[in-house]
Amino acid sequence: MMIRTEPVVINMGPQHPSTHGVFRMRVTLDGEVIIDMEPVFGYLHRGIEKLAESRTYTQFIPMTDRLDYLASMSNNLGYVLAVEKLAGISVPPRAEYLRVIMAEMMRISSHLMAVGFFINDCGALATPLLYMYREREKLLDLFEMVCGQRLTYNYMRFGGVSHDVPPEFLPALKRFVAEMPGFIDEYDQLLAENEILLVRAQGVGILPRELALNASVSGPVARASGIEWDIRRADPYLVYDKFDFDIPTGTVGDCYDRYRVRILEMRQSLRILVQAIEQLPEGPVRSEVPHLVRPPEGEAYGHIEAPKGELGFYLVSDGSIAPYRCHIRAPSFINMTTLRDMVLGWKLADAIIIFGSIDIVLGEVDR
Amino acid sequence: MMDWLHWAIFTGIILVFVLVMVMVLIMIERRGIARFQLRPGPNRVGPFGALQPVADAIKVLTKEDIIPSAGDKWVHWMAPVIVFVPAFMIFAVVPFQKGAILADLNIGILYIIAISSVGVVGVFMAGWGSNNKYSLIGAMRAVAQMVSYEIPLVLSIVGVVLAAGALSMTTIVENQSIPYILLQPLGFLIFFLGSSAELNRTPFDLLEAESEIVAGYHTEYSGMKFALFYLGEYAHALAVAAVTTVLFLGGWKLPWGIISDFPVAFIWFMAKMVAVFLLFLWVRATIPRLRVDQVMAFAWKGLFPLALANMFIIAVEVLIWPNTPWPLILVNFAAAGVLIVIWSRFFHTGGGRVEV
Amino acid sequence: MRFDHYGKGIAKGMALTLKHALTRSNITVRYPEEKLHNSRRIRGPELVWDPERCTVCATCAKACPQGNITIVSSIGPDNKYVPERFEIDHGRCMFDGLCVEACPFEALHMGREYERGTYRRGSLVENKEQLEASDVRHPSAYFRPEFEAEIPEQTLLVNRQIRGTKTRRRGWLSP
Repeated sequence: MMIRTEPVVINMGPQHPSTHGVFRMRVTLDGEVIIDMEPVFGYLHRGIEKLAESRTYTQFIPMTDRLDYLASMSNNLGYVLAVEKLAGISVPPRAEYLRVIMAEMMRISSHLMAVGFFINDCGALATPLLYMYREREKLLDLFEMVCGQRLTYNYMRFGGVSHDVPPEFLPALKRFVAEMPGFIDEYDQLLAENEILLVRAQGVGILPRELALNASVSGPVARASGIEWDIRRADPYLVYDKFDFDIPTGTVGDCYDRYRVRILEMRQSLRILVQAIEQLPEGPVRSEVPHLVRPPEGEAYGHIEAPKGELGFYLVSDGSIAPYRCHIRAPSFINMTTLRDMVLGWKLADAIIIFGSIDIVLGEVDR
Repeated sequence: MMDWLHWAIFTGIILVFVLVMVMVLIMIERRGIARFQLRPGPNRVGPFGALQPVADAIKVLTKEDIIPSAGDKWVHWMAPVIVFVPAFMIFAVVPFQKGAILADLNIGILYIIAISSVGVVGVFMAGWGSNNKYSLIGAMRAVAQMVSYEIPLVLSIVGVVLAAGALSMTTIVENQSIPYILLQPLGFLIFFLGSSAELNRTPFDLLEAESEIVAGYHTEYSGMKFALFYLGEYAHALAVAAVTTVLFLGGWKLPWGIISDFPVAFIWFMAKMVAVFLLFLWVRATIPRLRVDQVMAFAWKGLFPLALANMFIIAVEVLIWPNTPWPLILVNFAAAGVLIVIWSRFFHTGGGRVEV
Repeated sequence: MRFDHYGKGIAKGMALTLKHALTRSNITVRYPEEKLHNSRRIRGPELVWDPERCTVCATCAKACPQGNITIVSSIGPDNKYVPERFEIDHGRCMFDGLCVEACPFEALHMGREYERGTYRRGSLVENKEQLEASDVRHPSAYFRPEFEAEIPEQTLLVNRQIRGTKTRRRGWLSP
């Protein structure tokens, strides 16, 4: 005789300690197994794309900071590249190297936070998270030294960066780059072979390669599923073609692979930083650009490899001082469309881990 | 008449002692975890933050007592009491020193096992009476976990009982010429893991997993009832630390049989208790938590066969060498190592994705 | 046979946390008894206005993405603009520094103090008397390198030695 059971709808609501931001998941549970999931978001929508139409190009740069607020430099960079493509502005070489240095530092900081919160969701009582925050704190100090803020930088401008780095920046950065691989080794000692992490994350939330390709997933999520696609290699921007670095990929596409890909990407970013600091030329950091940029009519799409994936800015200009339309291709939003397929069939505790391993930021998803 | 006086005084002493030690444990836990995370911990209230639990108690006492209107009120009210009281009752048979015991039952350890199983009922009552889906899920997980981990726990205690030859707690301490942690390392490990699961501590703290079900079975409690849950958890942890000290660490006895009397033996007992608690803390600060089906698989497929093998080995050793000479330490460590390594080859948690 | 899942990973992790607990000192700072020095270029939560250099051209007001700066001017003696009202709404301000960058006469600077909480939101709109530099309101060196000399150097975490026991151990019983 079968016992009659009933599925339960649970709302992991917008206020929850573990959804990274205001995100809501309505899951239908049969016991502990998830049989349906519906993501509900839009709680952080601020109308940034509409605001762009009433701000000049320069005035919109601080607003791009607020998209993926954990990786502001990358957002600035994507937008500035799109406008430079639209208006045909060239960038001096020192500015390009400085942009690369900032972008890679930002990648390390964002991945530290992503991995830290992933392990926190697994339940490790914030100890690995706080160890990773210690390194992130060093990076934030360096960012504060350069541009005066720790979270929303507003550092990139059309034609370069806004001002040069102070003389004490490079020695501090060299010291950080020298001691960071030791700290990443410590994280590996703490976590890489931890049996409980292996049991919870290996084989969980597998994203098959075809599904990842069809859903246009990008970033570490795609690379963990075996797709070797990195915009720094496929469509190099700035001076990435002058550096020597690897693209780490995973094989299975489970949560453990995404975690490993992020750790390995941090090591590769350190490699790029070492080379960039060595090759940094002297010179101006900003080319002469009029105060109010007035690009010719047309459209341009500028994309970069942000820490979360492919961040793209699509700009349409009608010759005036404000864009006619600005659309932002947010990587977290596109990556999140695969969440339902990854989560079905797993248990409630796994939904949190899978969600944490995609590493989304609600500022990007909702814009 | 003197018996009644003895019991009354000792009950009062134990009540005060447990309440004070619970506050000390809360401070040790918060500052200990903070030390692992390279931060100071509570350090504002009182010298070195020592009055922080008092501040927490005042905060909790002045909060409004919220009762869910659609829940079962009597069940909701009784649940914290049923969770809190057994932790105190365990202290009735813990020997703090030779003769310093409230009731020297000759079935001491059996009494402890029986009483600590009553807390499970309280947890389920808390989940049911809250009229909350999250609490119910948490309570059901709790019952499953606590019931399954009692079996390896009891089997590891059987190993100690076989070696000591008695169920009475005082006799177990007196018969430990070599502390049983050295003679039965596998038994200690199983007891430690089983107790972690009974106490709902990491890696088995999926009941209070903030990241999933907000706060599990005590989501809907506020005010003094929440304080009872909180204190009950730490009182139970203190009780388990005391029981571990008696069973495995040799109780109040100093090494190499140095005879000692009131303050020294008592302080030595307390030091061992705090050391056991620090071990719980170290595990909590480091490792992530398991999922509920992995917890169950670990209990039934992982710990239970090991506990059976442990009991068998100890029974054979007690039969052949009743006076447990010291080379048995090396034999037992080697046997423990071999068993763990071989069994981990065959153990896998199963579970995984269910076809939807 | 691979014997690699018998608990070795957990043991290594626990060894690392024990090493941290016993040998590393705290990395936190006891605010407000100890304060770190911020960056020289900090875009602090207020603005500093220099009325001597300001010509009331309102370039800053045009550069602000949100329109936080309100300027009402009139023609004063010797045919120069005189500000009647020069107000900045610090409640809406994003502190992006576009106004500071845009000023052609370097009359507006970012501030560097940060303990600026108030009790009412209305008091965040500051008028021209409050915006001037004083001994509680100092300019920061963001886009103004001439102020760098008077600002102390920033404390960097990467320069504080936290490995080993060379530094004064602030971990164990520090109050």
